[in-house]
Amino acid sequence: MSNVSANSEYVSYLDHHGKYKGIMSWIMATDHKRIALLYMYSIMTFFIIGVVLGIMMKLEMLTPGETIMKAKMYNSVFTLHGILMIFMVVIPGLSAVFGNFFLPIHIGAKDVSFPKLNRFSWWIFVVGSIMAVLSQVLKDGPPDTGWTFYAPYSTTTSSNVIMATAAAFVLGFSSILTGLNFIVTIHQLRAPGMKFFNMPLFPWALYATAWIQLLATPVIGITLLMLIAERAFHIGFFDPALGGDPLLFQHLFWIYSHPAVYVMMLPAMGVITEIIPTFCQRQIYGYKAVAVSSLAIAGVGFLVWGHHMYTSGMSDTARWFFSLLTFIVAVPSAIKVFNWITTMYKGSIDVKPPFLYALAFIFLFIIGGTTGLLLGSVATNVQVHDTAFVVAHFHYIIFGGMGFAFFAAIHYWLPKMYGRMYDFKMANIGLVINFIGFNLLYFPQFVIGIQGMPRRYFDYPAKFQPAQLVSSIGGFILVTGLIIMIYTLVKGARKGAPAPANPWRGSTLEWQIPSPPSVENFDEEPVIKENPYDYK
Amino acid sequence: MANNTTHTIEYQSLSKTLLILLFLTFVTITIASVHLGAFTLAVALLIACVKSFIVLSNFMHLKYESLLLRILVGMVFVLFALIVAITFIDYAFR
Ligand code: HEM
Ligand SMILES: [Cu+2]
Repeated sequence: MSNVSANSEYVSYLDHHGKYKGIMSWIMATDHKRIALLYMYSIMTFFIIGVVLGIMMKLEMLTPGETIMKAKMYNSVFTLHGILMIFMVVIPGLSAVFGNFFLPIHIGAKDVSFPKLNRFSWWIFVVGSIMAVLSQVLKDGPPDTGWTFYAPYSTTTSSNVIMATAAAFVLGFSSILTGLNFIVTIHQLRAPGMKFFNMPLFPWALYATAWIQLLATPVIGITLLMLIAERAFHIGFFDPALGGDPLLFQHLFWIYSHPAVYVMMLPAMGVITEIIPTFCQRQIYGYKAVAVSSLAIAGVGFLVWGHHMYTSGMSDTARWFFSLLTFIVAVPSAIKVFNWITTMYKGSIDVKPPFLYALAFIFLFIIGGTTGLLLGSVATNVQVHDTAFVVAHFHYIIFGGMGFAFFAAIHYWLPKMYGRMYDFKMANIGLVINFIGFNLLYFPQFVIGIQGMPRRYFDYPAKFQPAQLVSSIGGFILVTGLIIMIYTLVKGARKGAPAPANPWRGSTLEWQIPSPPSVENFDEEPVIKENPYDYK
Repeated sequence: MANNTTHTIEYQSLSKTLLILLFLTFVTITIASVHLGAFTLAVALLIACVKSFIVLSNFMHLKYESLLLRILVGMVFVLFALIVAITFIDYAFR
């Protein structure tokens, strides 16, 4: 076939409606790229709501005592903030948005294995999200348990726990089905000639993630059902008076929720592993080590859940054992960091916004990761458990890590997804403000955490006032940066200058096809390189 | 890949599998009334694992699949065993 005929057939996926028109052409879409955008718009909406709730908490913490809300209200706000951010933003985040969009393209496929199941996954995601919203407005009042729903409190509080847990249950199915779809896609739909070790590293990360989604999510599903049954029928899974064990809830909850941390982080690491070689024009250092470390993180990550329970009254043997395992899982994460940095060494570095976001990610992730070791060691954990130190740590990991990786990804792939480019200068301004705001917001929390500021409190002694003030100001700066960033991206996607097929001189398959891609991704057979990061 | 060929399994072998499964269910129920102390749970889990192994390999045709897939599913069993074992590091030493 000649190029001319291929070009004249080209219809961008954004213009191709299929059977339906208007909004129905989106809701009924089975194209992985359209589904990816659907996820992105829903997730961004929840993210913005979550940020508003976060800022409400920062306003409350501006001064000691009651500032804008009462204790009960604060409890509900951090609960909803946590549920939204965890179950509806960061867990689906990268894999449902960028995984859906780029996994098939990266492996030279036309779509995922089960496009209708993919659409169904988004529908359930929406249903679960609506249930989460309902739990806030139904008559018993918003849940106040924290996103962790710990028994026994969650079995006795009068608030709407059942609706909220049912929402998390439903959202879990969306995650399981996405994981299943990705595993089958990677096994079955790789283009001819693409072996596992010829795949780019983003699909590798998604593959490891998908196994976690498939295997760990059912555990939280069962756990939440047990909680609902306990509330409704007083079965006695968790209530000692009935022969149950409250720690059982924590075990089951974290058997899911620690691996879930890697559902957020592995694709984030995958994104960074794509961006660094492109902007250094250099082969990734240690391809196999990075690929296998994703699997190692997924595997060992299943076995460390007990580090959330050091102060819960778990046996001493379990405490040192979980501590040991936690230190082991840090190794493959560190391998990745060293490999990214070594890839940059002597590269011809092009400092564009996606690369800068990747650098910010590495910086914040190192802070989050090393403070994680402090929490992983029993002796120090006992001092800082349930303090602001933990709040700082996990925001550095999930917001500084996964969040900034999401921002890096959108700056990297937006020209491919929309065929338009955003304004670099504005993007850089947004980045700098985000970075400053983020550190001002969360770094002081480390300090006051060590000094004894507990987590999930709406009030504090006057001595924490200066640090809380800095932190709240950081929050306002961060929000300013986020507004600038989102404005720049939306403007770029709608009215930016047309983007070429390969604006960053990338080497993976998505850069071989037009921006935006056509409906079937590859109108011509893609050329599969043995080494996806070949820059010679 | 290996999936394009269909495997017709004899009714006989399917019903044999079914009978084994029913028998194991019966064992699970009877054994619950035998006092095994700390091993009650271990035995119940073991029987459940054997049952799911039979279902996977016969009803779900895993035994006709590629070695890679069989290894992957095997790893899931290993993972499950590890998670249960590690949970009991807490309960056994409390
Ligand atoms: C501007 C952005 C954000 C602000 C101002 C913010 C602020 C806060 C504050 C003040 C708390 C409560 C701390 C306490 O009293 O214990 C909190 C908790 C939390 N945040 Fe954020 N946060 C932001 C973004 C995020 C993001 C992006 C995520 C996830 C990706 C996230 C996940 C969580 C979680 C899981 C909790 C714990 C909720 C609980 O204790 O149940 N936050 N955040
Ligand atoms: Cu953990």
